Amino acid sequence: MTRFLQVVWLVVRKDLRVESRNKEMLVTTLFFAVSCVMVFAFAFVRGGRAVDGAAAGVLWIAVAFAGTLALGRAFERERYQDALRGLLLAPVDRPAIYLGKLSGLLLLLAVVELVVVLMVALMFQAPLFEHPFRMLALLALGTLGFASVGTLFSAMLVRTRSRAVLLPVLLYPVTIPVLIMGVSGTNVLWQPEPDLAMVQLWTSLLLFFDVVFLTLALWTFEPVMTE
Amino acid sequence: MPRPSHLDFDQVVASGVSRSYGRRRALRHVSLCCRGGEIVGLVGPNGAGKSTLLGVLSTLAEPSSGEVRYGKWTARGAGTRLRAQIGFLSHELQLYPELTARENLAFFAGMYGLDKVDARVEAALETAALSDRADDVVEGFSRGMRQRLALERALLHTPRLVLLDEPFTGLDESAVAALMHRLSLLRTDGRIVLVVTHDLDTVDGLLDRALMLRHGRIRELPPTGTLRERYRVEVQEASSKLGGVSA
Repeated sequence: MTRFLQVVWLVVRKDLRVESRNKEMLVTTLFFAVSCVMVFAFAFVRGGRAVDGAAAGVLWIAVAFAGTLALGRAFERERYQDALRGLLLAPVDRPAIYLGKLSGLLLLLAVVELVVVLMVALMFQAPLFEHPFRMLALLALGTLGFASVGTLFSAMLVRTRSRAVLLPVLLYPVTIPVLIMGVSGTNVLWQPEPDLAMVQLWTSLLLFFDVVFLTLALWTFEPVMTE
Repeated sequence: MPRPSHLDFDQVVASGVSRSYGRRRALRHVSLCCRGGEIVGLVGPNGAGKSTLLGVLSTLAEPSSGEVRYGKWTARGAGTRLRAQIGFLSHELQLYPELTARENLAFFAGMYGLDKVDARVEAALETAALSDRADDVVEGFSRGMRQRLALERALLHTPRLVLLDEPFTGLDESAVAALMHRLSLLRTDGRIVLVVTHDLDTVDGLLDRALMLRHGRIRELPPTGTLRERYRVEVQEASSKLGGVSA
């Protein structure tokens, strides 16, 4: 188990180091997410008031689109000079490589979400700090569900020519339930008098989906990466 | 970091290995045996299936039929422990251009669970003649420098089976001589070395045996004459056979 976690950490540290040098994923993802929120703010905020329920939708659309962009790039650096083969040849449990890539991506998305959530709260007057831990749970679980499937698909598609087109085509049908739960939970939470039991239900459902997605991804990563 | 429990072998035997990509057959019933302490050359025209064969031998690709045995082990049976004994330098160099030479080697040393990482990395950098560029990012390296670094990455864990795909690409004369010397040392050390190359004149005299792969089929080249002559004769024979068949 220690060795497994060491490998996860090695992959995360390597990805963070590469990202700190070129900032390619962070800058593009952040720019895209911020642009997304700005455009929706112009459409859904009239006279200083936001359309009811728009904030939750905008937040999750920004997360999903920015996440897709990041996922598309996640394995790109492994594809360059075929570094992925170097990783796969190492005598390690391959699911540890998957978890390392996923963890690096989650850290990146956490930074993006921090900015996006604050922007949405500011522009759509969302009551962000009424129930901060519940909001954090919804965001964390939703992002984990989305990224766990996305990381697997991104790895599967790394050798295909039309991966940029195929990734969203494969990803969205599978992760739509996660996005719907995220939007629904956030929408309830941002009501003037939120039904916390309902928020709890959406959070629990997200947790259930995360466990299923993560288990399936860890289980299938090894066979899908064998040529 | 603890190493995976030890696994060793002194020969690699492929028996009737075929590999298909959809309807295209890249390898057709390929059988070969490579033993410890010999350097085997694998030659053949572009698209003959050489890289595919290396992929199969490295355990990265599974054969569609047939099997590869590493001593008494198969890839499926030995799992990760077998990969600890394989060093693979592919035509793509498997390096991270944004990382420095030192960081690249240290990362892979960690992935292989090696001990004394710093000392190993320093030694590898010295062998690659890159000690003075150790902290430069690989992006700024020439092809030859990258090639030398990638070779050290592939040999960092002193593997039993060494698979080299076009190892002479981009190397200058002194680097070629250093690599030849390195390969001789690997032979003396009892490693199993398989070299895919088009540099027939360069490796002539270094190889113990030469195999030719053409249209997915493998043949051992006769031991007499220079490698280039043997290769030419083999190609002519194969072409005349094809001509005979078509006639």
